[in-house]
Amino acid sequence: MRLSKRLAVVSKECVACGCCQKECPLGAISIFKGLYAVVDPDKCIGCGKCAKVCPASVISIIERKGQNEKEKALV
Amino acid sequence: MKRKKHWYDYLWIASALYLILGFFNILFAWLGIICFMVPLLISIFSGTKAYCNQYCGRGQLFELLGRRFKLSKNRDIPHWLRSKWFRYGFLAFFMIMFFNMLFSTWLVFSGARTLREVVTLFWVFKLPWHWANTTKVAPWIAQFAFGFYSIMLTSTLLGLITMVLYKPRSWCVYCPMGTMTQGICKIKYKSESQKQNH
Ligand code: SF4
Ligand code: SF4
Ligand code: SF4
Repeated sequence: MRLSKRLAVVSKECVACGCCQKECPLGAISIFKGLYAVVDPDKCIGCGKCAKVCPASVISIIERKGQNEKEKALV
Repeated sequence: MKRKKHWYDYLWIASALYLILGFFNILFAWLGIICFMVPLLISIFSGTKAYCNQYCGRGQLFELLGRRFKLSKNRDIPHWLRSKWFRYGFLAFFMIMFFNMLFSTWLVFSGARTLREVVTLFWVFKLPWHWANTTKVAPWIAQFAFGFYSIMLTSTLLGLITMVLYKPRSWCVYCPMGTMTQGICKIKYKSESQKQNH
């Protein structure tokens, strides 16, 4: 499967409020045991909707480039 | 893709109703205990923040006002507001004020003090609230209602201010219930993973 160019990442100051989970159109981000949000890198398309609503502004959208190349290198 | 609406997506109505009912009859403030107990019980027993993530009407209310009604400037929250020390510090402050309120209730219950019909905003500004008809109940029941309503109104106002200044649900960043339930989940997770290691 071809992965998108971008990806959401959550920093450690996440308050686990769940706004991002509610917002994501692909169900790619969820709250892990009431601790913090985790992104499923296989599902996330890096659209940034979650980052926009995150009240703590702890989500950033990063370029996946490095990761894709790493994956290619592994194959 | 539009997310399917669930019954719990309308709990903001309950939150709004709570404030309105309490305005006309302070005794409705007692219902607020539900918003204290449910999130705690959920986090203690299921180890999740399902209350915040799905059911909390207050969070929904801020989202509605800030987003649908465009009352939010949608700016990033200052870093100090989301820092651990501020969140846990605010929780500690909130708990002290909560126990202070319980103590006042006890003073009235024991007869050491008479009922004070005031709603206190931001823990300092006292609003006389004499239209409340509290003659039918014991004074301490009314005192608790005044105290509880003060807490709920103050936190709603704080939430509205940060909703306007920052993102709609900024309150959720430093909400004492949110911090407490996340803290409980952390403790629970740690103790469970320790158990598994043994
Ligand atoms: S919206 Fe932000 S703070 Fe809330 S759970 Fe998601 S990443 Fe964490
Ligand atoms: S960037 Fe888009 S797809 Fe990825 S988690 Fe956020 S909302 Fe979902
Ligand atoms: S953080 Fe507070 S206001 Fe926000 S959803 Fe949780 S309990 Fe409700």
